[in-house]
Amino acid sequence: MRTVTVVGASLAGLYAARALRSQGFEGRLVIVGDERHRPYDRPPLSKDFLKGETGQDHLALADAEEIAELDAEWVLGTRATGLADEGRSVLLAGGRSLDTDGVVIATGATPRRLPGPELSGVHTLRTLDDAQALRADLAGGPVRVVVIGGGFIGAEVASSCAALGHDVTIVEAAPLPLLPQLGEEMAEICATLHGDHGVTLTTGTGVATLHGGPAGRVTGVELADGRLLPADTVVVGIGVRPNTDWLADSGLALADGVVTDAGCVTALPHVVAVGDVARVDGSRTEHWTSATEQAAVAAHNLLAGATLKAHRPVPYFWSDQYGVRIQFAGRRLPTDTVRILEGSPDDRTFLAAYERAGRTTAVLALNRPRPFMKQRRELMRATQPVAS
Amino acid sequence: MIPVCHLTDLPAGESVRIDTAPPIAVFNADGEIYAIDDTCTHQDASLADGWLEGCLVECPLHAASFDLRTGMPTCLPARRAVRTHPVTVEDGMIYVHHAAEEGTAA
Ligand SMILES: Cc1cc2nc3c(=O)[nH]c(=O)nc-3n(C[C@H](O)[C@H](O)[C@H](O)COP(=O)(O)OP(=O)(O)OC[C@H]3O[C@@H](n4cnc5c(N)ncnc54)[C@H](O)[C@@H]3O)c2cc1C
Ligand code: FES
Repeated sequence: MRTVTVVGASLAGLYAARALRSQGFEGRLVIVGDERHRPYDRPPLSKDFLKGETGQDHLALADAEEIAELDAEWVLGTRATGLADEGRSVLLAGGRSLDTDGVVIATGATPRRLPGPELSGVHTLRTLDDAQALRADLAGGPVRVVVIGGGFIGAEVASSCAALGHDVTIVEAAPLPLLPQLGEEMAEICATLHGDHGVTLTTGTGVATLHGGPAGRVTGVELADGRLLPADTVVVGIGVRPNTDWLADSGLALADGVVTDAGCVTALPHVVAVGDVARVDGSRTEHWTSATEQAAVAAHNLLAGATLKAHRPVPYFWSDQYGVRIQFAGRRLPTDTVRILEGSPDDRTFLAAYERAGRTTAVLALNRPRPFMKQRRELMRATQPVAS
Repeated sequence: MIPVCHLTDLPAGESVRIDTAPPIAVFNADGEIYAIDDTCTHQDASLADGWLEGCLVECPLHAASFDLRTGMPTCLPARRAVRTHPVTVEDGMIYVHHAAEEGTAA
C-alpha cells in the first residue's frame, strides 16, 4: 500500500493516521478535512471552553512536533465530495481528486437542525467555530438561554451557561432526558442536577417553532402545548447524523453510518471507517473513547488487507455537568435492573450497576471515578477478549 | 517535607491524594512508594483515582498511562510528563518532598 488517504481531520482520523505510522506504514499519508483547523478535541467545547476556562491552544490534539513526525500531507479546508473507482479515488471540492490505495473514512457527524428559517442567536455545537460563536453570543452579560434537547451535550451546555450566570431552560421532548441511555431511575437522578443548579427543565413537550424579531434574531421558543419561552439565545442539541452524504455514490453500504464489520472494514478491504461515522458490527457510537480504539483496529486491518482484529469494546463515556462527573460503561438493555452499590443519589455521588440474570451489564457513577474504574475493568475482563 | 500517612495505612496497590497546591498523588506500587502531581496532564482528572498496575498508573478519564518512576506518559492522550516528587519513609511515616520546594521541578 503506497498511499493512504484519511478523510476527516479530527479525533478518529488523527488517531488512525498515528496508528498507521506506529504500525509501520511508511508510504504517502494524506489527511483531508473540511474544517480549516488542525485536529482539536471536541469534549471541552461544551465544558471548560464554553465557560472560558480553557483556551483554544489547549484543544489541539497534536502539537507541531507531532504533526511533523506524522509526515502527512494535510489538505484542510477542503471537503471530500465522493469516493470513486471502487474506493481508489477520493474526489475533492473544486474538482481535484486523489488517487489512493487505502482510505480511512473518519468524517464524524453533524448536529441535526430544527426545520424553519435561519435565525441569528440559534446555535448548534459541534465545531470550534460553533463554540466560538456561542461564546461570543453569551459574552454580553446574563441572557435567557433555552437549550433544546436534554442529552449530554444539551446538559453540558446548560451547566456551562448556568455557571456563566445565564438564565437557563432546557426543553426535552421525552418524559426524561437520557432515558434511552440510562433508564428511568438513573435518568431521573441525573435530571435533578439541573434543578439543583437553578436550571429549569421542561419535559414531555417538544418544540413547535422558533419565534424571531424583525432583525431576524430569535426571540422565543414556542412549545407544542402552546407555551412560549422567551429566549435571547437558543442552543439546539437534538442529536447528530453521520456525515455519509459524500459517499452516496461510492457503492458502500450506508445505514445510519458507514457499515463495517467488527474490524471497521467495509465491503472493500482497503476502505475502513472509524469514529462517529462508522456503524461497526451493527452499532454506531458517538463517544470519544470508541473513536480512538477503533482507529487502532482499523489501521491494523487496513495494512493487513483483511480483518485480523476486531473491536469488541465495553462502550464508555463520561460527561461533566455542574461539577459532577458522570461516567458510564457497558451495554444495558431496557429490561436490566439497577442497584446502587455505594454512595447515595441524594448526595449526587454514587456507583450503580445494571444487572441482568445476576450479571452486571453496565455501570454508572456520579463523582465516583475510582470504584467506577474497578467496575469498568471487571466488565472488560468479563467480555470476550479482543481477537488478534 | 509533607507528612502523608503511616506506611501501614497505604497498603500495596493503594493511593492517596494530598491537598497541596497543586495536589500530589502518593502510590504504593508493590511496596515502593511514589509521589507525582495528581492532576493528569491531559485534562482534568485525579491520578490518585487511577488504576495502578506495576509502576504505571492509568488515568480514570481517558486512560493515559504514566510511569510513576519518571512521570513520563507511556501512551496517548497525555503528551506531557507529570512532575515526580521524592519520597522518604521515617519511623513508619511517609513524607513527600515537594519538587518545587526543592527546586527540582521538571
Ligand atoms: C460539544 C461536544 C462534547 C462532547 N463531549 C463528549 C464527552 O464528554 N464524552 C465523550 O465520550 N464524547 C464526547 N463528545 C463526542 C466526541 O467528541 C466524538 O465522539 C468525537 O469527536 C468523534 O470523532 P470523529 O473523528 O469520529 O468525528 P468528528 O470529531 O465529528 O470529526 C469529523 C471531521 O470530519 C470532517 N468532515 C466531515 N465531512 C467531511 C468531508 N466530506 N470531507 C472532509 N472532511 C469532512 C468534519 O468537519 C470533522 O472535522 C462530544 C462531542 C461534542 C461535539
Ligand atoms: S484527563 Fe487523563 S487521560 Fe484525559
